[in-house]
Amino acid sequence: MRFAGFDIGSRTLKLVILNENGMIEEKILPNKYNFELQVKDLLPPDSYDYLVGTGYGRHYFDNWENAETISEIKAFAAGVNWYHKGELTILDIGGQDTKAISLDPAGKMKKFAMNDKCAAGTGRFLEIMAGALNLELSEFGNIALTAKRAEKINNMCTVFAESEVISTLSRGALASEVALGIHNSIVERAIGLLNRVGISQSLVFVGGVAKNPALAYLFRQRLDGEVIVPENAQLMGAWGSAIIARKLWRQNNDLSG
Amino acid sequence: MSYHKMWADLGMNLEAHDQLLQVLSDGYQKQFLTQKNRPAGMQYLDFVVSEIHGLRVKELVDAQQAGRKVVGSFCVFVPEELILAVDAISVGLCTGAEVGFELAEQYLPRNTCALVKSSFGFKLAGLCPYMETSDVIVGENTCDGKKKGYEQFKDLVKNLYVMDLPQMKSVAGKELLKAEFIRFAAYLEKLTGKKITAASLKEAIRVVNAKRSAVARLARLRAASPAPISGLDSLLINQIFFNENPERFTENINKLCDELEVRIEKGDGVALKDAPRILVSGCPMAVPNWKIPAIIEQNGAVIVGEELCTGERGARWLTEIKGTTVPELIDALVERYWQIDCAVFTPNEDRLASVKKMVADYQADGVLQYSLQFCQPYTIESGLFEKQLEANGIPVLNIETDYSMEDMGQLATRIEAFIERIKQ
Ligand code: SF4
Ligand code: SF4
Repeated sequence: MRFAGFDIGSRTLKLVILNENGMIEEKILPNKYNFELQVKDLLPPDSYDYLVGTGYGRHYFDNWENAETISEIKAFAAGVNWYHKGELTILDIGGQDTKAISLDPAGKMKKFAMNDKCAAGTGRFLEIMAGALNLELSEFGNIALTAKRAEKINNMCTVFAESEVISTLSRGALASEVALGIHNSIVERAIGLLNRVGISQSLVFVGGVAKNPALAYLFRQRLDGEVIVPENAQLMGAWGSAIIARKLWRQNNDLSG
Repeated sequence: MSYHKMWADLGMNLEAHDQLLQVLSDGYQKQFLTQKNRPAGMQYLDFVVSEIHGLRVKELVDAQQAGRKVVGSFCVFVPEELILAVDAISVGLCTGAEVGFELAEQYLPRNTCALVKSSFGFKLAGLCPYMETSDVIVGENTCDGKKKGYEQFKDLVKNLYVMDLPQMKSVAGKELLKAEFIRFAAYLEKLTGKKITAASLKEAIRVVNAKRSAVARLARLRAASPAPISGLDSLLINQIFFNENPERFTENINKLCDELEVRIEKGDGVALKDAPRILVSGCPMAVPNWKIPAIIEQNGAVIVGEELCTGERGARWLTEIKGTTVPELIDALVERYWQIDCAVFTPNEDRLASVKKMVADYQADGVLQYSLQFCQPYTIESGLFEKQLEANGIPVLNIETDYSMEDMGQLATRIEAFIERIKQ
């Protein structure tokens, strides 16, 4: 049996395939904006028994056989709950949006909040800011961590923040200090969102942006409880979807849960 | 039949208006006519919508030619009874679409709520036949966006009358409301040259009470499970409430309710029995703003009530016909309108009680609080209510949006997740 979880994100496509015992396959690819072809390539006929799709492109699966869709919020909750039981808060920073989800002691979704329309504080924001500093996204966090102090970035709007960064640099500020300031502002905004759902003792930080070491470091400094960054943080949505696919298949075939 | 001549005579922009009607009819087709198992009585609404800028406007124009006046308004605080008592026609001005926003932004800052912007947009783009037929448009001092907007709107329309409103439910506040109703009554008498008599006012109260009773009856029937009618159709009824001939409306909605009673008896409905039941609460949703209800119901939930001005907040209370003189009857009107729990009042605890009562009455599983971006009264109140409702075990989703379609994907994610939360 093969149970597929597919997360069609705005920047990346993520696939996890499970069997009865555990994971047998995982993939992360950039979304090339014609994801239909990419998805078809990754999921040839008969490649799965049951599929759950999530992510902003999830409705692409609406008419597929043996498939259904769930929101990213449910997918993340299921994925995180698989590894970490009990009451916790999830922060997902993805390419285009930021989500905060609180789970109750039984692992049920208690409350969630999402950022508004704009890209402020998301992966896209980070990418544009790295670009403004002429840095690779992969080194952005590490360089921020070398700074002794932070240059304050006041604008949250991506467009204004970009010009603020450029003018701060031209005033002679150090790139690393500006980088730290940018990371601080993302953390502040994320904490605002987290406060709307309540921050519990454990924060699980997932999504593509969780790979950034400076953000995890800053969250640990700012929050009282523990901050967990799972190894497969970016795959969590696909992972949760695959788990739900397996559960649904078992239910549909009258096997217990 | 073509209404182009009528629209041209009203000074409307024909080309843009044709486009608007096309968008409206496409949107209606897609969102309303594709619904499953709709009650047959909705054909009346389908017809009204198809003629919303046609036959109904022609009725207004014909009435004007026969010497009657048309009074347009934006807010449920404007007493329709007084308008009917001078044999004038009351029409709600919709302001529910993103039209003419660039033009509106020549007068208003970008961060003005979509409702206010839309009122300017419709006027400046020449797209609303109701605005153009209105002999007077009644504005009211509610939120700042509206108040300050009217200062400029008055130069754009032929005749704007502004009614003042209190902000607190105090003794002085009530006196102000009463004084303003009396001033409005005198204004209407002057406008029409007709006297308000005890008989004409009593009859007007009867007509409006009957209309409100019909939508109240509809609201009660939606407590049934499975829901006998969709939230989208019910919202439409509450929107058309403001434009349609009141007696024809009442008659047809009561007929629809008869049909729904038979449905309920048979256990028939528009949603599954276990579909999550949602109460929608917040800013008014004016025609053709159907965005949020459409997403909710396309995702397997069903809306069982609207705590909106285009819903129960607008229609909930009846006027108790007390007294035999005009001043006594105006007092009765003041009593009725005084109960409206709009977020421009402070404090506004009654509204929270109304939301809780609706959740209980219609067995809602969760509340979606809808705020228009930049609307301070409702957005601020939604934060307060969220805490209090969640503390009572009622799941809440706060949505802040406008009339554009660019956030549809994000809204769908949130609403789907909210439905998943309720289902688990
Ligand atoms: S929300 Fe308040 S101001 Fe707006 S229509 Fe309703 S009562 Fe009037
Ligand atoms: S939606 Fe809010 S801001 Fe807009 S007119 Fe109504 S009360 Fe004012």
